[in-house]
Formats: sequence, C-alpha cells, structure tokens
Amino acid sequence: MNNDLLIRGGTVIDPASGMHAHRDVLVRDGKIAVVSEAIGDEGVRGATVIEAANCLVLPGLIDMHVHLREPGYEYKETIETGTRAAVAGGFTTVACMANTDPVNDSAAVTEYIRERAQAAGLARVYPIGAVSKDLKGEQLAEIGEMHCAGIVAVSDDGMPIMNGGLMRRALEYTAMFGLPVIVHEEDRSIAGDGVMNEGVESLRLGLKGVPAAAEEAMIARDLALLARTGGRLHIAHVSTAGAVELIRAAKDRQLPVTAEATPHHFTLTEAAVGAYNTHAKVNPPLRTRRDVEAVRRGLADGTIDVIASDHAPHHRDGKEVEFDRALNGVVGLETTLGLALRMAAEAKIPLDVVIAAMTVAPARILGLPLGTLGPGAAADITVADPTRRWTVQAARFHSKGRNTPFEGMELQGQAMATIVGGRIVWRTEST
Amino acid sequence: MMAANERVVMDAQAIERALTRVAHEVLEHNKGTEGLALVGIRSRGVHLAERLRDKIQGIEGVTVPTGIMDITLYRDDLSRSKQQPVVKGTQIPFAIEDKHVVLVDDVLYTGRTTRAALDALMDFGRPLQVQLVALIDRGHRELPIRADYVGKNLPTAITESVQVRLKESDGRDEVVIARAEER
Amino acid sequence: MPFTHRHMLGLEGVSKEDLLYLVDTAESFKEISERNIKKVPTLQGKTVVALFYEASTRTRTSFEIASKRMSADFVSLTSSTSSVTKGETLLDTARNLAAMRPDAIVIRHPASGAPHFLAARLECPIINAGDGAHEHPTQALLDLLTIRERKGRLTGLTVAIIGDILHSRVARSDAWALNALGASVRFVGPPTLLAPELRAWGDVTTDLHEGVRDADVIMMLRIQLERQGTNFFPTLDEYSRYFCLTEHAVARAKSDVIIMHPGPLNRGVEIASAVADGPYSVIMDQVTNGVAVRMAVLYLLVNRPRESDIETETAHAQIAAEDEATAPQLRRRVG
Repeated sequence: MNNDLLIRGGTVIDPASGMHAHRDVLVRDGKIAVVSEAIGDEGVRGATVIEAANCLVLPGLIDMHVHLREPGYEYKETIETGTRAAVAGGFTTVACMANTDPVNDSAAVTEYIRERAQAAGLARVYPIGAVSKDLKGEQLAEIGEMHCAGIVAVSDDGMPIMNGGLMRRALEYTAMFGLPVIVHEEDRSIAGDGVMNEGVESLRLGLKGVPAAAEEAMIARDLALLARTGGRLHIAHVSTAGAVELIRAAKDRQLPVTAEATPHHFTLTEAAVGAYNTHAKVNPPLRTRRDVEAVRRGLADGTIDVIASDHAPHHRDGKEVEFDRALNGVVGLETTLGLALRMAAEAKIPLDVVIAAMTVAPARILGLPLGTLGPGAAADITVADPTRRWTVQAARFHSKGRNTPFEGMELQGQAMATIVGGRIVWRTEST
Repeated sequence: MMAANERVVMDAQAIERALTRVAHEVLEHNKGTEGLALVGIRSRGVHLAERLRDKIQGIEGVTVPTGIMDITLYRDDLSRSKQQPVVKGTQIPFAIEDKHVVLVDDVLYTGRTTRAALDALMDFGRPLQVQLVALIDRGHRELPIRADYVGKNLPTAITESVQVRLKESDGRDEVVIARAEER
Repeated sequence: MPFTHRHMLGLEGVSKEDLLYLVDTAESFKEISERNIKKVPTLQGKTVVALFYEASTRTRTSFEIASKRMSADFVSLTSSTSSVTKGETLLDTARNLAAMRPDAIVIRHPASGAPHFLAARLECPIINAGDGAHEHPTQALLDLLTIRERKGRLTGLTVAIIGDILHSRVARSDAWALNALGASVRFVGPPTLLAPELRAWGDVTTDLHEGVRDADVIMMLRIQLERQGTNFFPTLDEYSRYFCLTEHAVARAKSDVIIMHPGPLNRGVEIASAVADGPYSVIMDQVTNGVAVRMAVLYLLVNRPRESDIETETAHAQIAAEDEATAPQLRRRVG
C-alpha cells in the first residue's frame, strides 16, 4: 500500500477546465497526478481505490461562509465538529467568519483558528477577519496584521456595517491587500425589531417584519461606494429579487462585485415559519416565492457567483424559545450539496454551473489555489452520488447544531467520500 | 320508523290517559294549584310539563307557572362523554321560593338526572317542596330517588333501552322498548 | 357537530360551524350570570392556571369570574409575581406547570406564538388570552356574540375596524371570524398602522369618514400611548384629529350602528366620551358577554377526555385483566 489514490469509474465535473466526462483520477503525493479515461491497473498497484461508478468526481467543495463558533461558543460548535460536519457534507475547505469570542480582529485569533483546524486534520479552514474592531462598526481592525496571519477576506458578518463612511474606508484599505470585503447587508434602522420577512406571513402571525428594502438599501449604498473606491465587494446571503437586480446591473457596469446565496434562500419561503417554527428564523429572513425564483435565476445567469451555506449552529436553548427571542441561523454544511442538486434539477440549471458555485467561484474570490482538478492541483476531491436518496435527520448530524428547517426532507445526492490533500477524511461504508 | 328490535309499550292514547291521571293526582296531592310550579327537564320533560300545565288549566282554570331546566352543566358524567353535550340553557321565569316545584321528566332510570336537576334547582333558590313526575319509571336506581307520580311502571333489563317519543319533538306519541343489538 | 378543538389558540382557520357553535354555547351560559347563585358545578375540582406575562386586570378578572362561576379553582401567575419576572424561560415555566397537572392554562404573553409554544409541550388545553400582535380569540368571540345579539345576524354586515391595526391582535382575530361568517371588514387607520397585505382580508382606507360610511358595526381599537414618539404618528393630538371617533363621524354610519371597543378606553384619543357613553355604544355588553364566552370556552375545552386519560384507563384495564389471569389461564389466552 502506498499513498496513491485511484478514483475509478466516476464522472468528473471540473468547471475550471470545462471537463464533464467519464474519467479516472489518480492522486499521488497529495496532488492530482492524472485525470484520464480508464487508468489501467499497471502503475497504480498498491493504490487505494475508490469505486466511483455512478458518482460524480468533483473538485473538493468550498463553503466560504461558515460559522465555526470557536473560540468562545464551543457549546454551539467547535472547529473540530464543524470541520467534521463539513467533510461529511462533501466540503474540503471552509472559510469561517469572525464573530467569535473574542472576535477574530487580530493575528492572535486568526492563528488560533488555523492551529485548531490543523489539529482537527479534517477540512481546510481559512479564517475571515473582522472589518472593524470587535465588530463594533467604528474602527478598522488590524487588517494588514491579520492578512499576514492568513485571513482570506474581511467581514463583520453577523453585523451590518451601518456607517457608510467606515464601509468606504474598508473598501479602500483592503484594496492594498487584495482582500474582498464580505458584507452582511441589513439596514438596522429599517429592519427594526423584525424577526421574519415583512409580508403576508408576518401579518398573519403577528410578528414584526423586515422589509426587502432593508437589504436592498444597503446594497445600493455599497455599490455606489464601490464605484467610487474600487476594491472588491462580496455580498453575502442575497435574499431578495431587488437585490439580485441591483447586483446584475452593477455587474453590467463592470463593478468588482460578487455575491453568494444560501441553500435555504434558494429553497424555502417565509411560509416555512408555519406555526412559529424557530428553525426557520434566519437573517436575512426567508422571503417570498418571487424572491426564491429570482435567487435561482441569479445563480443560473452568474449574477450570484457562489453557493455558501452560512452554517450557523446554535444550542437548543437558543431555539427552544418564543419566536421573537429565538436566535437567527440554521446549520447547512451537511445539507448544502443535496439541496444544491435538488435546486439544479428543479430549476433546470446545468450541474456544471451549480458545481462551479461551490468550487472554482469561491476559490477565485478568496484567492485560493483550489477548486479545480487539473494535474498538479492539490488533491481536494469530493466523490458524490447524485442518485443516493436520503432523509435529513438532524439527530444524525456531525455538527453540534441541530437547527435545520429541513428535518424530514427527502434529498437526492450525498457525498460518499471526501479527500483533502490526497487523504480520505470522510467516507461512507459503501465506497 | 320503528326498528326491528323495538316494541311499543304505550301508544298515543295510553300516554294521554296517563298524563290526565297524573294531572289529577298532582292537583289532589297539592290540594289545588296554589304555590304550584312545573319545571320540565330538557328536553322531552319540557313538552310533558307543558302538556300537564295545559291539562291543569283545563281542570282548574289556572295556568301554573312553568319553567325549563337544562341539567347539562350539573351532570356527573361530563368527562366521560366523547363530545360535549350541547348546552341549551335554563329558563325559570319565576321565583321558586315558597313554591311546590314539580319536576317533570320522561324516563326515571338511575336517578342521576333527577339528582342533577335538584342541584340546579337549589342554585335558583329554596323551594318549599320538590316533587317528581316521571312518565316512565324503568327501575335500576343508582341513587335513593323516587318519583311521586308515575305514568307507567316498566320493569326492564339493563340491556334494554326505553325511548319516549312525543309529537312535539319526534312527530308522534309512543313509548318503545328496544333490545340491545347483538354484537 | 362535535367540537374537536383541543386548544383555543386563535380563530384563524376555525370553521363557520365551529364559530357559531362557540357563540351559541356562550349565549346559553349568559343566564348563569343573571341568577342569584351564579354558579354551576361543571368544572368542580378542575384547576385553571392563568399565566399573564402582560398586565391585564380586565381580561384576567373576566377569566377568573368565568372559571369560578363554573366552580373551577383559579390560580393566577402574573408578571409581578415570582418566576415570570425572574427570567425563567417559557420552556421551564411550561415544564413546571405540566408537573402540577393543570386542567387548563390561560396565557397572555407579549410574544406572538407563545401559546403555540405551550400547546406543543403540554397536555392540557391552552387558551390564548392574547399573544403579541397575533390573536385574542375570546375577545373576537365576545364581539361576535355582541354583534349578533344586537343585529340578529353576522352575514352581510359591514364592520369597520379602526385604529392601530398593524399591532392589534383583536383586529386579526375579529377579521378571521368576521370573514369566515360572511361579514365584510373595513380597516381604517393611518398608513403607518396598516399593511398592504390587509387587502386580502378586507377594504383598507386612511379616511375615517369614508371608513365609517354606512357601517353596521364600528370597532374601535385602543391606541397604545407608548407608540407616541416611535414615528407611527407624530403626536396623539394629530392622531386624534384624523381618527378619533366623534359623533360627527358616527353620523355617517347606519342609523342603527353599534359602537364597540375592547377596552380600556383612551377617551378623547380614539373615541370621544360622548360616543363611548352614547346610545350606540355596546361596550358594556361586550364585558358581560366576555364572561359568558370564557365560560363557554372553558366548558368546551376542559371536559374533553384527555388522550392520556383514555390510555391510562386502557392500561389499568389491561393490568387488571392480567392480574386475574393466573399462569394456566395465561397460556390459554388468545394473542
């Protein structure tokens, strides 16, 4: 037995090169060695073999919006449990947000996160640093220092940057390091105490609503700033039709903006709140059918570049309360792939487009040498069975978080093996 | 329509005669209509009370005050029923203090309905005396209750059921016994 | 038609038949409150627990009187007493209550959905006495009873609901019920206290005089004085100028209009004193009917045999049967 890995009989989809064909993949020394038709047995003796017949062989999936909760909120998730959830969901790389405790606004916390990820030895973890000190939205954090320590982007996610002046300076300053500013767009003065989308359902349920305008107003502001400052803007969890239109128009004008959408925003509507289901409480909230359709079209035509889960695990105590008091957020690492495949089939979006949104697109935005299966690339590979039917059962999640609105949903498509740097870090029994 | 396992034990004429006799008995026992009041227990007891009132009117020329009693809220078996019995309300438009109240029911069986009616009556006031008219007494008392005036004594088995049908509610007057269905 | 609802969480989705059944039952309970001895033994031995997280003397008292007239024991936990303010979570309060095995819980809470939260976790019937801006079903039922008493019907009536619709649970419950019964609803208020989606439930107008024109029923909602200064309207004076129900405005309604208000009144703000005390006002009837409605709701919900009781009875019967069967007989038992 050597360290070679042979993935045999699968369908390789590599959006970076445009490949979509039956190919075998040989991994040697942690890198992609060969991708070709029917690699024979000679030259690969001693290799570990993964039989991938009927499976898709993909570049390792990348989730660029994940909350790993460590340091500070280990009772909700740890870097270890979070990265285990990632690889179980087929993700070889995650980028984690800075709203930990302490906030990741310093090299020390950035390094801590990287060390813990290394120790867990599962998915790659790239920290995202805070834009402002302690996420207060007042003073710039030491972005340069964090850049040296290894952040791949900055974001105050969790918090919107209410101060337009600070947002402007952030766009300018980060340009020096080539870092994208990932923004959580929510004008708090418009959103108020809202706990779900403002519309028919919030009226019926007697809950305060957040109008779509709260998201769109801030996006419009930041696009106007971007036009002035240059830099790179990445809009997190896009949820409204109006937002998609604004981004499309900005891209038509060649502005350096990118965007992402979550599976819950391309699958569920505000109706999912039902009888006060706190597992449907997210920020930005679930919107209307029309918004969901617009997000799907945005993914189809490239207006939205990335599918990212916004994996936000919470302890039971945070959700088993009155709707008004429940914390926002749903877990996503273990359901994203299944939901993405389901959406692609329903909305008739080519598989390559959806896979690109989870591989080459996030890699490009974060400047990572990942997301592709070209020879010489790091051997981050996801082997997924697109036909495998399974039912979402939160109790079986690897994440500590059980807060999913998809409990009981039947999905089709699941990761069968996840390989990071040539090492199999996740495998189901059948491979 | 009479079902196959029913038999008639009182026809319209028999009921009429029994009520006439009961009316006379009530007047005789109470020495006239002074202080007399009738209270019919919902729902068929009400029709019987009204008929007695009319008969007494015919005999003595006096209209005895007549009230309606709904004992639903006083039953002791409410939590056992699969659905809530419908509450229709009690109407006793006269003071019952110093009255000889004659309760009127169609069938006297376990005595629990009468017990409930007595409790309800007491919540309205303190009558001088309470008497009971039952068109049918079928025995099998579970409480120490007896009727003062009985239309017909009808020994029955517990497995049998007794149905009083009246023109006002069922279209015709008759009393039938039905055997319980074989299972 | 058997009434099968386990809880009274709201009137959304309650059928016309069930609504009328509730109103009819409430009507038959009215006479109890007119007797000398205002009591029936129906709920004797039952415990009704009131969990009031919002101050409310009138609704709580109404439920208390209703419970006591049904001979139930009434226990009140209000926000000024113990654990409710000590920061105990609703979940823990629910668990503690469950352990005491109440026969009904009446809950008023500032969070919409709080009664549903309890209903999902407790065995006993939950009665919503007002949750956030969501529903206040017993209020709407007493409104229906009052309207029907005065108008003889509900179908085809035009009902104007005036005031802070956006934050009103009374408006929502009444809208569900009135729509289900074939009345037509008109919402009247400043644009900041309305919502475009209300059009699905009725007509919407910001003009008071238009709103009350030819109305059969006018339902005034209370303006919360605390809303002043939160930009829903600049001042109470300005609100009053446009939305206070004056005699002048009432003159535009039908000549036999009735004026309703869930109370407590802000005289001079949403309703002129002359109107509140005038010949068209049925506000006191509403209070009387409130007790009857709450008695009816308690009666209909509390006497249902609980599933757990049925299971317990079956289990006991089974144990008894097994005790009787000795070993040889056990072998002979048919599986």
